[in-house]
Amino acid sequence: MTAKRDLLLEVKDLKTHFHLHEGMVKAVDGVSFELERHTTMAIVGESGCGKSVTARSILQILDRGGRIVNGEILYYRAPAAENGTPPPAVDLAKLHPDSPEIRAIRGAEIAMIFQEPMTAFSPVHTIGFQMAEVITLHQKVAKTEARARALAMLRRVGVPRPEQSLDSYVHQLSGGMRQRAMIAMALSCRPSLLIADEPTTAIDVTTQAQILELMRELQQEYGMSIMLITHDLGVVAEMAESVMVMYLGQVVEQAPVDDIFHDPKHPYTQSLLRSIPKLGAQGGRKLETIKGAIPGPYARPSGCLFHPRCPAFMPGQCDQIQPPLIQLDDGRKVSCLLYAEPAR
Amino acid sequence: MLAYVARRLVYAVGLLIGISMISFTIIQLPPGDYLSTYVTNMQSRGLEVSAAQVAFLKQQYGLDLPVYQQYFKWAWNFIQGDFGYSFEWQQSVSSLIRDRLLLTVIVSLATLVFTWLVAFPIGVYTATHQYSAADYIFTFIGFIGLSIPSFLLALLLAYAIFKLTGVSVVGLFSPEYADAPWSVGRVIDLIKHIGLPIFIVGASGTASLIRTLRACILDELGKPYVVAARARGLKEIQLLFTYPIRIAVNPLLSTVGWLLPGIISGTVIIAVVLGLDLTGPLLLRSLQFQDMYLAASFVMLLSALTVVGTFISDILLAWSDPRIRILG
Amino acid sequence: MAKPADNIVYASQLRLMWLKFKSHKLALYSVGVLLTLYFITFFSQFLVPHDYAERNSDRINAPPQTVHFFDENGWRGPYVYALDQSLDLENLTWVYTEDTTQKLPIHFLVHTTEYKLWGLFKSDLHLLGLLEAGNEAATLHLLGTDSFGRDYLARVLFGGQISLSIGLVGVAFSFILGLVLGGISGYLGGFVDNVIQRLIELLVALPTLPLWMGLAAAVPPSWTPQQVYLMMTIILSLVTWTGLARVVRGKVLSVREEDFVLAARLGGARQPWIIRKHLLPSLVSYSIVSLTMAIPGMILGETALSFLGLGLQPPAVSWGVLLQEAQNLRTIALYPWLLAPAIMIILVVLAFNFIGDGLRDAADPYVR
Repeated sequence: MTAKRDLLLEVKDLKTHFHLHEGMVKAVDGVSFELERHTTMAIVGESGCGKSVTARSILQILDRGGRIVNGEILYYRAPAAENGTPPPAVDLAKLHPDSPEIRAIRGAEIAMIFQEPMTAFSPVHTIGFQMAEVITLHQKVAKTEARARALAMLRRVGVPRPEQSLDSYVHQLSGGMRQRAMIAMALSCRPSLLIADEPTTAIDVTTQAQILELMRELQQEYGMSIMLITHDLGVVAEMAESVMVMYLGQVVEQAPVDDIFHDPKHPYTQSLLRSIPKLGAQGGRKLETIKGAIPGPYARPSGCLFHPRCPAFMPGQCDQIQPPLIQLDDGRKVSCLLYAEPAR
Repeated sequence: MLAYVARRLVYAVGLLIGISMISFTIIQLPPGDYLSTYVTNMQSRGLEVSAAQVAFLKQQYGLDLPVYQQYFKWAWNFIQGDFGYSFEWQQSVSSLIRDRLLLTVIVSLATLVFTWLVAFPIGVYTATHQYSAADYIFTFIGFIGLSIPSFLLALLLAYAIFKLTGVSVVGLFSPEYADAPWSVGRVIDLIKHIGLPIFIVGASGTASLIRTLRACILDELGKPYVVAARARGLKEIQLLFTYPIRIAVNPLLSTVGWLLPGIISGTVIIAVVLGLDLTGPLLLRSLQFQDMYLAASFVMLLSALTVVGTFISDILLAWSDPRIRILG
Repeated sequence: MAKPADNIVYASQLRLMWLKFKSHKLALYSVGVLLTLYFITFFSQFLVPHDYAERNSDRINAPPQTVHFFDENGWRGPYVYALDQSLDLENLTWVYTEDTTQKLPIHFLVHTTEYKLWGLFKSDLHLLGLLEAGNEAATLHLLGTDSFGRDYLARVLFGGQISLSIGLVGVAFSFILGLVLGGISGYLGGFVDNVIQRLIELLVALPTLPLWMGLAAAVPPSWTPQQVYLMMTIILSLVTWTGLARVVRGKVLSVREEDFVLAARLGGARQPWIIRKHLLPSLVSYSIVSLTMAIPGMILGETALSFLGLGLQPPAVSWGVLLQEAQNLRTIALYPWLLAPAIMIILVVLAFNFIGDGLRDAADPYVR
């Protein structure tokens, strides 16, 4: 009997496809997961597995040619009532990308921070302008009040000399300051969900530690959920409570963070973890890799997408049947025929 | 910013000096000088010019001085506003070209405004509606606009209008206003006639501006800050104008710099075709007959207009793009 | 040991460019159009029945003759009527009426008037012609005649030789100037670079047309058409080389700092080798694009100058010279076929623009 979970976001069988000149790319092909309130979930995978597209589908900010073709993205604005009646949900997948409903949610209830803060800000507008713009847009306050709130946010995230930074342009700030400013802007309207798309990839390790620390503090303070998209398993270990592993647009494994690291079930997850070099453990041996290469977007394998590279490949099964997302006894989910019920 | 402006100013002045030297050299290139042409002309008409007359004229116009001295004399006078004397028309150069130059400036500026007014909405529309029918149509029209030289366009349009309405569209003014002093009536008359020249001179500039605008905006539209702004909840239209268009326009402000030489050249040549009283025909004649001061002043002033225009557009660019304003 | 993945085909840079270019349909058609135009102008003397310089006072300002195929008996093959010339005393113009009694069949591959193809090869073979020796009213002016009675089609096509070739020759000069100066500027940097850059900016700041006008006016009228032609190409390329020089310099500057150049130098390669093997290939694509974009500018420049009466003069024939005779409204209104060179110019410039566009997309590996 699972405890009653307080869901913030529920994604059901999301499929996002891109229509390009060269063909159709199934960037996200049947992704389902649940995100609880006040938790941090990490989405991991190699480049091109669809994790960023999943995040952008939630906010309907897909690049040109992309469209959600299937599925639901249920956003629960308020927690369940005391008597257990399920809370009202907004299906974000059904909203038009330029509709007032989704625009009211963007920035105010669900916010996103990006990999490269330098390019996430406009180069010709001050930081203060861009921050005040978001605040006045969602909180309907006067300009002076918006500026005061922006100032307070900058101070909270630890940007030195906040008044000056407010009137500066993004190229005048250092790398760490830009990252903090971006976080400040994203959190200025107290969203319930922060989507962080590779927030540490572009910064050095020391700054990375500071930023992660900051994010943890703010999560506690504002009581928000974080969806952390990354390919860095070290960051996952430090920040996440639950992990979702993706491969080629599909969910491969979903589990609490400890289980993923100590008892990975899916061969892909196992290979990923094995390929992390460990200090002192190698001693003259070759580094582990996953054999083969990620198939191109127009050459998707049949059956299980991972089967050409899988060390536990079962011919006749894995290349014919696409494994569904199987729920294991402890609530974890794996998408692998190794755990399927034997056919009767 | 101030350092930037000062640098550009020094630079513009340097350019002008260099241009003045080139202008003067060009004028000196044809073998002989005004006097020899004048003498040959007289002779072909059956009139004789005596050696004493030639010597007198030579001295009066300073043609016996070595070239570099002639240059300095001219340059020095030029700066003070004395543009020299026209041999052919027997008047001071400034009285000859003042009005014409003013009209050239007016037509050029009007064309510049027209170019931007037309190109901007079309450029924005085709960039945001890429691959739509309108996009293809405008791209095609744009190509044609780029391909037809202005004098041809002038010819073809004048012909078409003549065939359709029987009206021969020549001149910037109706006959009664042609040599009249400036008045409200003259201005209105000018406005009535200026449409066709502006269209013709501006056609190719508009076409290329549309393409450049479209390319710049498309470039910006794909950038991360646009996605980031959208993720904050901004409305598409508001987003569009606040960010990518604002940024795409920046480099285009310096296009005043490269639009202007083309526009000025354009006025020169269509003036010949459409019989406009601008600089074209007079410049042509002065070059052919080596009316030295007139020709040199023309080339100099036209180039100066361009340099001033470029200077202004550089300032505009610095003012609007903080990356340049602050980093210099 | 990892094996290189199968099914990878290696293609040279030029082949890649060609493949991409082929997909730009408009550019491809334009290449066809241009090749056709170059062909018909350079073989015009063979293709056209009349000589371009032959005057005929009985055919002054004659309109294009209509080619008929059928008569009252059905199919007859291509033929034209002989023309009768008469004078309109009211407007003082020549009027031409078809003499329907004289049907003159058009023959193919006939031996009529002699000519020297490209001034070198003597021949009298024409693609089209009338075999009516001695019949003075037998003329085949498919595009009418000019004010001297010269066949206009012959003049337009023959004039194309100069107009089209000036672009190519001028661009060759610009290419050499631009490549050398731009390359030196980028590679050596420092003072030399500064000087050359200032020079380029100076040339660009001058309004092109007055500059060209000034230089063209300086050409002594006593020079032969060939000398004038050469001078014109030099004048035109004097401004155009700057575009290529800038592109070359930019590319050299960026490539010079690339790691692979440093690696080559560390590997012991000497300057000429580096220049040849590493710098030049990266310049190729941009140079081709820059040059193609420069050609229409030159053709238009020559046309504009000749149109104004500077540069080439009669008896030399180019499209600009031809258009000069069509300078006023009255002439065009009465004899609209005189505008034919305008159509040719527009076609050629359009074609070059499309090709340049296609080449630019093909050369840039980052274009979607």
